[in-house]
Amino acid sequence: MKVRALFFASYREIMGGADFDVDLPDGATVSDLITVLRERDDAAARLPSDPAVAVNRSYCASDAVLADGDEVAIIPPVAGG
Amino acid sequence: MCSTMARAQITTDAIDPQALLARVADPSSGAVILFLGVVRNHNDGRGIEAMRYDAYDEMAQGTLDEILAEAEERYGVGRLAAVHRVGELGIGDVSVAIAVSSAHRAEAYEASRYVIEEIKVRLPVWKKERFEDGTSEWVAGRNPDISAEGGA
Repeated sequence: MKVRALFFASYREIMGGADFDVDLPDGATVSDLITVLRERDDAAARLPSDPAVAVNRSYCASDAVLADGDEVAIIPPVAGG
Repeated sequence: MCSTMARAQITTDAIDPQALLARVADPSSGAVILFLGVVRNHNDGRGIEAMRYDAYDEMAQGTLDEILAEAEERYGVGRLAAVHRVGELGIGDVSVAIAVSSAHRAEAYEASRYVIEEIKVRLPVWKKERFEDGTSEWVAGRNPDISAEGGA
């Protein structure tokens, strides 16, 4: 299956892009996605191993199972206001 | 125009506090609280020239709407509206505005405080400070409190 990973703020700089598609085995979790992302390159390894994540625009736990076509945003510590 | 304005907004436009107040106007209200968050010229002892706000727009709008709904239910206030601005902001610019109207002041103050505190811990918004020496840095934020929404 394929999910779309989104990056913001400092994570966008670490990952070198705003978003990209990631191929994952069926049944993969948020945590599995993070592992794949961090193995991309040396810079990507700076992504935290357990960042906050929103799946289809709602915050989700790291053990949530992903589905084909999910929009998965990796959310840096927030600083609104 | 004011009556059709969404009560939760993420916008690149300058925030108009009067429009927000009009959005919460209600003849049964005896108290109206307007909170404005503005860009200040210093942080942790360093001079700041400007601030750039980024948001996960598609999610932030919904999250802000949820926060308002929670405040409404929790404090029983009449009307609420909030706007968060994104993009390049200068010193003194309004970055966030929250308006609450209610029959009495106590719950209006509490609801207003709830909304800004929840924005700080949940709204997917980030800001980068540009210092007087020309360097810039993302403001160290808070790990979002994901419990409030209970996951997907």
